[in-house]
Amino acid sequence: MFEIENLQVSYGQSQVIHGLNFKANKNETLAIMGRNGMGKTTLFKSLMGILPSKASKATVDGVDLQGAATHDRVMKGLAYVPQGRWIFPNMTVQENIETGLEKSATGEIPEDIFALFPVLHEMRKRKGGNLSGGQQQQLAIARALVTNPKVLLLDEPTEGIQPSIIKDIAKVLNEIRKMREITIIVSEQVLSFTMEVADRIIVIDKGRFIHEDTRDNVDAAKVKSYLSV
Amino acid sequence: MFGYSMAEIGNIVVMQGFSGLSMFTVLLLMALGLAIIFGQMGVINMAHGEFMTIGAYTTVMISKVAASYGFTDYYFIFAIIIAFGLAFAVGYLVEFAIIRHLYKRPLDTLLATWGLSLVMQQIFRSTFGAKEVSAELPEWMLGSVNPTPDIDIPINGLFVMGLAALVTFGVYMFMYKSRWGLRVRATVQNRTMAGAVGINTAKVDRVTFALGCGIAGIAGAAFTTIASTGPTTGTLYIVDSFMVVVFGGAASIVGTIASAFGIAQAQSVLQFFMTSSMGKVSTLLAIVTILMMKPEGLFASKLRK
Repeated sequence: MFEIENLQVSYGQSQVIHGLNFKANKNETLAIMGRNGMGKTTLFKSLMGILPSKASKATVDGVDLQGAATHDRVMKGLAYVPQGRWIFPNMTVQENIETGLEKSATGEIPEDIFALFPVLHEMRKRKGGNLSGGQQQQLAIARALVTNPKVLLLDEPTEGIQPSIIKDIAKVLNEIRKMREITIIVSEQVLSFTMEVADRIIVIDKGRFIHEDTRDNVDAAKVKSYLSV
Repeated sequence: MFGYSMAEIGNIVVMQGFSGLSMFTVLLLMALGLAIIFGQMGVINMAHGEFMTIGAYTTVMISKVAASYGFTDYYFIFAIIIAFGLAFAVGYLVEFAIIRHLYKRPLDTLLATWGLSLVMQQIFRSTFGAKEVSAELPEWMLGSVNPTPDIDIPINGLFVMGLAALVTFGVYMFMYKSRWGLRVRATVQNRTMAGAVGINTAKVDRVTFALGCGIAGIAGAAFTTIASTGPTTGTLYIVDSFMVVVFGGAASIVGTIASAFGIAQAQSVLQFFMTSSMGKVSTLLAIVTILMMKPEGLFASKLRK
């Protein structure tokens, strides 16, 4: 289980995340929804230790994350697919995936990765910077998955991706959850995508959680009202 | 032409070409270390030449000890390894003590490493004296090869060339075929993301900087075979080395090789037909002109933005 209590993040004197609390279970997908600038990326970056934060509790399966550097958090079970994907542009697809093998005893890419993303196998010798946006997103997810995470954080995975590929990404996320039984936390602005992958939806507004629904009982109109500009 | 017969011109081209190759190998060894530190990490290390001097003094000292025990024929290989190890160790400490605090402040890095270079020069002067010292070269490294009666190719030059080829191959294997190389390249391309896939970027920085310094140490060992060593020896090569790395395309090893070759050959040939300083000025003008047209250097990679 991934547990966060009273998470606070500030940029200098300005507090931008105000005491967030959530728990996400194994084999659960949680969506954090909100407009641009509401704190989704800041939340994810602070969870990864990229931005400094304070919390009463931050644990993965009881293992404390507080004070840990970003690479230590990966060792403790967090994986991150950032907004904009951040693939390594001058490395081949295969090398990009191999960067995530720091914990691996064999140093080999697990076979299920290329089964999930056959296009990456076809393009494994191509430079990451030469892939399309959708292919780069698949690569970023594959690179996160080879770290063998307990919690996978995806920051706006549909941003800049064409609709047909968005459906593929939703399918892949559901497959990953089935195969790996991990916790997935995804930040999004697209409700249709969220409805395909998430069990629970939390809306964030100005750094505070203001609304929560399960997928089965979602008040779509209300959630959309928080997303519209 | 220039008052020479065609045969003489031919010999001059071969001899100056070889002289250019000797300059190329030392420049390449210096620039490879710098290509890692400046090209890959973005650290402007003005003390890079002093790491070369560490390697040179280490080799000179070992050669003196070896000469006193009668091992002059065998010491050089050990001297290269120790020169690398010592420069690596000092580089590791410098990164830990100074450089890691300045990664986001390139101008401060420039000032700090320039200060460090002055401190190191004074340490060399206090320890080894202001006079230049030379290594006792092994017997097998002396003499020359004569493919024709008019062409004289020194064996030490050939040795340095072989060493440069070996080090270049080693750097290539390290950067592109090893797990450490993958970590370095990931950290260079996106430090935050490298951390987010589990790479300890602070450790990578330390080892990368130290490796670049270690290679400068090897350059220093090679340098002792072609010239004598003084406290300011490193400063002779620092400007040329930066020029090589920038001209080649900062993050490209192939670019560094091509650039070192081009600059060394141009300087060597031009210095024969002009004065030494005019040869340097002409080369620099050509580089500035090319960089104005291609600011990212000769071998920048083309990627989808």
